Amino acid sequence: MPLLEASGISKVFGKLTALDGAALTVGENEFHGLIGPNGSGKSTLMKCVAGAEVPTTGKVSFINTDITAFSPTERARAGMSLKFQITSVLPTLTLYDNILLALQAQSSLFDLVLSRTRNRLHDQVMTMLTQFRLADRAYDAAAALSHGQQQWLEIAMALAGKPRLLLLDEPTGGMSLEERRVTGELLQPIKQHCSLVIVEHDLDFIRDICDRLTVLDQGKVLASGTVAEIQANKNVQEIYLRRA
Amino acid sequence: MGGAREAVARIGEGPDVVTGEGAPAASAPAGRTSAGWKVLPIVEGLVLLIALVLPWVLQDYLTVFATRVVILALFALSFDLVWGYAGIMSFGQALFFGAAGYGVALMARDLNVTSILLILPAGTLIGLTAALLLGGFLLLGRYPSSVIFVSLGTLTGSYAADRLARGWYYLGGQNGIPSIPPLTLGSYEFEEGPVYYYMVLGILVVTYLLCRFLVRSQFGLALAGLRENEQRIAFFGYKAQHLKAIVFAIGGTIAGLAGSLYAFHEGFVWPNMLGVVFSTQVVLYVLFGGSGTLIGAVIGTVIIEGVSFWLSDNYRDVWPIILGVLLLLVIMFRPLGLISFVLGERERVGSFGKEPGKAPKKEAGNAAP
Repeated sequence: MPLLEASGISKVFGKLTALDGAALTVGENEFHGLIGPNGSGKSTLMKCVAGAEVPTTGKVSFINTDITAFSPTERARAGMSLKFQITSVLPTLTLYDNILLALQAQSSLFDLVLSRTRNRLHDQVMTMLTQFRLADRAYDAAAALSHGQQQWLEIAMALAGKPRLLLLDEPTGGMSLEERRVTGELLQPIKQHCSLVIVEHDLDFIRDICDRLTVLDQGKVLASGTVAEIQANKNVQEIYLRRA
Repeated sequence: MGGAREAVARIGEGPDVVTGEGAPAASAPAGRTSAGWKVLPIVEGLVLLIALVLPWVLQDYLTVFATRVVILALFALSFDLVWGYAGIMSFGQALFFGAAGYGVALMARDLNVTSILLILPAGTLIGLTAALLLGGFLLLGRYPSSVIFVSLGTLTGSYAADRLARGWYYLGGQNGIPSIPPLTLGSYEFEEGPVYYYMVLGILVVTYLLCRFLVRSQFGLALAGLRENEQRIAFFGYKAQHLKAIVFAIGGTIAGLAGSLYAFHEGFVWPNMLGVVFSTQVVLYVLFGGSGTLIGAVIGTVIIEGVSFWLSDNYRDVWPIILGVLLLLVIMFRPLGLISFVLGERERVGSFGKEPGKAPKKEAGNAAP
């Protein structure tokens, strides 16, 4: 069984059909790229999977459970995590507290009020910050970080709950070349315990880190397969050439 | 509404934070207390000290006035918790204050109950119950409720209760319930004056410390996330709406406690106590003093009430206009309230991690990977 299976997903906004029977299948420990021209429905599909949008029709299964009607909170608790396209770290909190906020989400109310998981989570916070090369800024406010660093902090936060599936919406948007390279490096180690769906415009980045790709065009799946298969696909070449 | 304006400004800022390695901390208004000084405990200590000596220097009739202010400060604390920490715009906080006031007044009138050991628990229970009912309805829907829905919902609740009390003969109609006997403990009667003052001050201090413990705990961190980006923390797996309902209920509980103290201190209750006037007043106290700091709520109450008292004595006709202009000026130029003159952003938000005092203070700028 695949980890995530979304099928027959349609989403209609008034007169606009953003998705028209799209599908997405992601296996365990797989990095899956979701690509397509602007307006092809990538972000909408991602939101339908994450629970930020409710699909008009279709079904989303995650770890053998039908989660189509789950709220974002329930999806998070089932092991799914989302990094938003717009950075949404909490700017006034320190980096440390941003991570702690994400880590303690599963603590009981009682533990939160009595701060009983604070000490236990300390090492995990520092490990995450070290892993994402932010440890020396642990006690700065997140607002003081560069854009790229904020993206890394956000990825770290999304990974804090040890999700089985991480959804990344344009993780390298607005990053320098060097920052993109580092982002790729930072993502590699998580493959051991987590699958990834990435929506991204930077095709080089996608090619470097993804195992499989799904190409959307006008709300439908145009092709799905390994990176090599997709690169050889005539239809895919055509839509990218057509719009280039 | 300074907080809201600030939040909007922040959203605008978000994505355009300077790109580039180690952009300096220019966008973080942290600095002010970076030398390790904590301003907040000093302010809190000063306020407590002044409050403790006040009855020694004030004339008796002013001690009675000061007692009223301390009770209102307790009421303001409840609103600060709800708005300043959980981001719930409650325009009907007086509903819980007044409902408890009326409830304990009826206990005294119809059941002859005046023991402080029954009255205060009953008042808090009334506040809690009312807040659970209204909060459950307004906050626990299928989808997160909008700020407008919650503020109008609370406002309506407060307004409806006010009208209900005015029209209901059993509750005394327009006149309310007069001549409430004094609170008692055994055969002792709490008359207005220094004893009542120190009793409510003690209750304020204990409640304040409990609130402070709560907002500086890991629960407080969850609240910080809640008020800055509710949607984001739902995606972490927080039950954001439940958190809101809990804080709303705690706020109602404290308002209920304040309302019952107020009813017995004044010796009567009247419909305004439930209505829009008191509800708005408490919003002003908190915005004026500085929301999301607890002590700001107390300071705001003291200053607004003190200034109104003085103005109404000296400028009998125009004092509401002067007060209004003062409030506007503060809210325009100090959206974070008076407390922001001495309290920096970093300390206001606070740190929640392990031993924040030992945090190494790094210079920003040399930390790029």
